[in-house]
Amino acid sequence: MNYFLTEEQQMIKDLAAKIADEKIKPVALKYDEEGIFPRDIVKVLADSDLFGVYIPEEYGGFGGGIFEMALVVEELSRACGGIALAYAGTGLGTYPIILFGTEEQKAKYLPDIAQGKKLAAFGLTEANAGSDAAGIQTTAKADGDEYILNGTKQWITNGGEAEVYTVIACTDRSKGARGFSAFIVEKGTPGFSFGKKENKMGIRASVTSELVFEDCRIPRENLLAREGMGFLVAMKTLDRTRPGVASQALGIAQGAFDEALKYSGERVQFDKPISSFQAIQHMLADMAIQIEAARCLVYQTCRHIDGGAKSISKESAISKVFASDTAMKVTVDAVQVMGGYGYMKEYPVEKMMRDAKITQIYEGTNQIQRNVIALELIKSQKVSK
Amino acid sequence: MNVIVCVKQVPGTNEVKMNKETNTIIREGAEAIINPFDTYAVEEGVRIKEQTGGKATVISMGIPSVAELLRQTIAVGIDEAVLLSDRAFAGSDSLATSYALSKGINKIGDFDLVICGKQAMDGDTAQVGPGLAEKLGIPHTTYVRKIEEIRKGYIRCQRMTEDGYEVIEMPLPAVITVVKEINEPRLPSLKGMMKAKKAEIRIMTADDIGADKDLCGLKGSPTQVVETFVPVHDVNSEMIEGTPGEQVKRLAEKLLSMKFMTVK
Repeated sequence: MNYFLTEEQQMIKDLAAKIADEKIKPVALKYDEEGIFPRDIVKVLADSDLFGVYIPEEYGGFGGGIFEMALVVEELSRACGGIALAYAGTGLGTYPIILFGTEEQKAKYLPDIAQGKKLAAFGLTEANAGSDAAGIQTTAKADGDEYILNGTKQWITNGGEAEVYTVIACTDRSKGARGFSAFIVEKGTPGFSFGKKENKMGIRASVTSELVFEDCRIPRENLLAREGMGFLVAMKTLDRTRPGVASQALGIAQGAFDEALKYSGERVQFDKPISSFQAIQHMLADMAIQIEAARCLVYQTCRHIDGGAKSISKESAISKVFASDTAMKVTVDAVQVMGGYGYMKEYPVEKMMRDAKITQIYEGTNQIQRNVIALELIKSQKVSK
Repeated sequence: MNVIVCVKQVPGTNEVKMNKETNTIIREGAEAIINPFDTYAVEEGVRIKEQTGGKATVISMGIPSVAELLRQTIAVGIDEAVLLSDRAFAGSDSLATSYALSKGINKIGDFDLVICGKQAMDGDTAQVGPGLAEKLGIPHTTYVRKIEEIRKGYIRCQRMTEDGYEVIEMPLPAVITVVKEINEPRLPSLKGMMKAKKAEIRIMTADDIGADKDLCGLKGSPTQVVETFVPVHDVNSEMIEGTPGEQVKRLAEKLLSMKFMTVK
């Protein structure tokens, strides 16, 4: 299918594909098994300039948008959804600065991120604040020209490896969701440390850690937007980065499909390659249908967002739900097509099946996404009446 | 320090088509890649440029479409690409190639070091590097696996041998040919790819470089390829089955009956 990418977009996709095939594929299973953070791949990505594709040109990037980021994430995820997350997680941590940062904040942080010198991370989730993000306990108390942070963030992608953290904390408990604020916290700030590193089912090459704040003092200029806008910062960011998760899911699905298709032509049973059996053919066809549909949806959602559309919550949620559900179905079927071999760790599809699961859970569970979609639908009914 | 890197276009597959009349490879239409050994030469050239300043230029001789291939070297840090392309160069052997490249390199001028891959994947002669040095009248070292030191007018490098390496010093300018142990070629960067897309590839003809056409192409090639053929692998194999003990017994019987083995 011709997706009418621009010459630059095609170049970005091709370069990411080359890195995926030549650098990531050979190490994906080892990094998964050992849970190694892919520092060497991060270096390759940094040297390739891909960290800058979605960062404005005036800050050393290429001036692209969500679509450019998604193309990179998709290709990297085709080889390893976990390794791709070092990249995608940085996007999630960086977008609040792109969207809400002051000129000074952007000039200070974006060039290093664009060059891949610094990774970023986003700290919203807490032990008791998942789908109900308003349950955040972490506090930020103004004290002269500083804020004092206290609390613990949980399951933070790139936690400990990133240099720049965008953290949501409560500045005024009495105001509910309007009492949250967003802050930039740098690694190495006294009072900021990292807790337990999680042992996960999938995306094991990605590091997931606690962020611990104990009387952590940060300068007032690290406040993003204004006090009370934290929840908005988080929601606007997630609206834009969900297609990133969708493209991660899309890449995982494509990777699993490629393996299953290849295997089905090589595996001989009853004196024939199993791809000659209709039972396998229909599974392969269904996988391809779902992947193609997901790609159309993800790409078009990215274009919708980059085109400057005002209303993007529903669209971005739809793309995330569809692509992640697709990834789950396709990876399960890929294991099925490959039978006993698919279940073994020598082949990559069992890992892809484990990796796919998280895409239905994080950056808003698919149930929460359906709430968002339904709410938007109902709102639009009321408006039209 | 100015470096010139020589690269060659080679077929990207094993299904090579030959011109029956000239017994040379048909390069048109086949998927072409940069000779893999030359990618190490490109990387080393770019590294020397980055460390010492100056310019890294790539040169190749071939059909016009090679120009597109040379863009790949710009994407990984080469500053300028030159392609020698002329009907007069067609059918060159390693001698005529060395001659044409030496004329091209002299035309570019002002260089400290010429780097080649140790050999091309298709011809496997490993002659052009040393031949080029002779034509340029400068020293050369083949099979370089490491440059220990390089500065204006001086290079010290390690030449790989079968059982170790030799340390060789040369005055510059000189030619080296490199082995794959010397470095790990980088992937292109996005900025490099953008630059490569816009880059102008200089195409030079035999006249442009002042080459004597009698020394170029088929005319200038004393090598006579009498015949080319694909070797036929006609091996009959038989799988011996059974328990390991039975397999050994039957294998021994076979070898004895074929007189590959005798019992004393």
